[in-house]
Amino acid sequence: MAFYIFRRFVNYFILSAIATCLAYVVASLALDPASKYYGRNPQPSKQTITNILNGLGVNPDVPVLERLWNWIVNLVVHGSLGNTVGGTSVVDQIVSRSGVSLRLLLIGSVIGAIVGVTLGVWGAVRQYKFSDQVVTYGSYLVFATPTFVIGVLLMIGATALNGAAGMQLINFTGEYSAGLSGSWWDLTADRAVHLLLPTVALVLIGAAGYSRYQRSVMLDVLSADYIRTARAKGRSRNAALVRHGVRVALIPMSTFFAYSFGTLVSGSIMLEIVFSFHGMGEFTLNAITQSDINAVAGSTLFLAVLVLFSSTLSEVLYAALDPRVRN
Amino acid sequence: MSLLEETNAAGGTPVVTPAPGPAGPDVIRSAKPLSRGRLIWRRLTQTSRFWVGAIAIAVILLWAVLGPLLYPYNATGRDPLNMGLGPTQLHWFGTNNIGQDLYAQTLVGLQKSIVIGLIAGPLGTLIAAVVGSVAGYMGGVVDRVLVWCINLLLVLPSFILLVILSPLFKGLSWVFLTIFIAGFSWMIMAQVVRSQTKSLRDRDFVKAARYMGVPMPTILGRHIIPNIASLLIIDATLGVVASILAETGLSYFGFGIRAPDVSLGTLLAEGTSAAVTRPWLFVFPAGVLILTLFAVSLIGDALRDAVDPTSGVNRD
Repeated sequence: MAFYIFRRFVNYFILSAIATCLAYVVASLALDPASKYYGRNPQPSKQTITNILNGLGVNPDVPVLERLWNWIVNLVVHGSLGNTVGGTSVVDQIVSRSGVSLRLLLIGSVIGAIVGVTLGVWGAVRQYKFSDQVVTYGSYLVFATPTFVIGVLLMIGATALNGAAGMQLINFTGEYSAGLSGSWWDLTADRAVHLLLPTVALVLIGAAGYSRYQRSVMLDVLSADYIRTARAKGRSRNAALVRHGVRVALIPMSTFFAYSFGTLVSGSIMLEIVFSFHGMGEFTLNAITQSDINAVAGSTLFLAVLVLFSSTLSEVLYAALDPRVRN
Repeated sequence: MSLLEETNAAGGTPVVTPAPGPAGPDVIRSAKPLSRGRLIWRRLTQTSRFWVGAIAIAVILLWAVLGPLLYPYNATGRDPLNMGLGPTQLHWFGTNNIGQDLYAQTLVGLQKSIVIGLIAGPLGTLIAAVVGSVAGYMGGVVDRVLVWCINLLLVLPSFILLVILSPLFKGLSWVFLTIFIAGFSWMIMAQVVRSQTKSLRDRDFVKAARYMGVPMPTILGRHIIPNIASLLIIDATLGVVASILAETGLSYFGFGIRAPDVSLGTLLAEGTSAAVTRPWLFVFPAGVLILTLFAVSLIGDALRDAVDPTSGVNRD
């Protein structure tokens, strides 16, 4: 089993590495870092601009493969991803921002998966009942709503709630209240409240997708012979459902987790911006608007590593659930 | 519902011949066997979801085309006497802070979003069909290379890829945005098409065609694709939803449709800052968008159930 997972890991590692390199090349070709300086008034001299671009390692006159090579060498030898156009180190930016993003992504996707799997199993067991229909149409409604619209609608709802309560029950702008001081507990509670709405939005997106998939897999499993056998041997209905049903139905789900991770990542990037979190989402999108190649490459690397871990994790889950893979 | 009943109902007047003898079973013959297409159509038209979605979409399409003609204001004109007003009899969806009519803007944005969805969705399916069937049919090195490319494209979320590529179509018309959206939405479907093709290529009718010397593109077009057409139709339908979502997402964050063009995404972007104080600027375009996408996904889901009776509601 360890070898199986290791082999999959190496496979994903190579894919992520190549994807990052390709993203670097594409970003270098698509973005024009010099245009920003030409637009300045007074315009800096050509020499100054060339010096700045050379310093960043993004001079378009240098062949793109040579720049890519320098970028890789820099990463491997010095562990550095270069500087942003603002002059700060990309690694520092990622380190300070990734916590915000990871917290939202991790909490949101784990709760989303649990809620989605539960709803899916519940819907399959109660097929065609009223509750199943509600979950089904609810998930279609979530599918039909862009992520940022979910975010903004939650904000409108929270504002109405705050207005009705006559006090700030739910704070939602930014990651924490500026200038708040107090005990560790106060600060954590404040962050948790700020995290509430984006997490709810992310959970909705995740649960909608997972519940549909889990429901359909679970329906397949429910009609399988071994469930009947388990019941015939005298297992209770719930034990048969959980030990024999859900466990088997989770096997295809573990592959689906990896597939759906991309949706959750783009969802959480959008939500970060809607709720003005200073996370990796803001960093990435700002990098594009500022034609900052190093920052774009750095954030792609960050995303690729995330995808690498989530794919490997889903393989581990798969191997843990399916005894056929282990041998 | 059993197949027998369905055939019976479809055949118009089934000929029921009571067998002689009191204990003999009834022999039921339908007038004509149903073709697969007819069968799917019959199942489809029996689901209420399909009709709800289809009628809603028909109304929305008519509204998007005819609505602006039947309304006195256009999307760019300003009404200086009614700036920043909520919905009134004069301006059905209200006006923004420079007096532009939101109803007219929503309809123009709706048109643009629908056109982008209708082009990008099927285009993505077309790419998926070509790549998937070629990979599955040819096998060997071609297959491996194509699968590898698909996996590579799936590493990074397409939204991020489109954002990175957005400077390329920045100055170009929205058509290029549409093509880019289609270009990053075909990968998962291509994998499905590939596995279907692999199971089809060893079937006798495909082998016969191959041994008769029919060239590969013809085999793919005549034997493989028609056999997975139902899957492709579903994917194209749901692709419309995915493309419109991609377009609105990109436009919302400033990487998609840009002024002077208007789409639902740009309208929502403008409405967001005022979403709490003047909610009509956000709620109306968002509502129209959700309604449209909801209707299309209802149709897509009804299609899936009609094509694959073992999925969803047809299961018993």
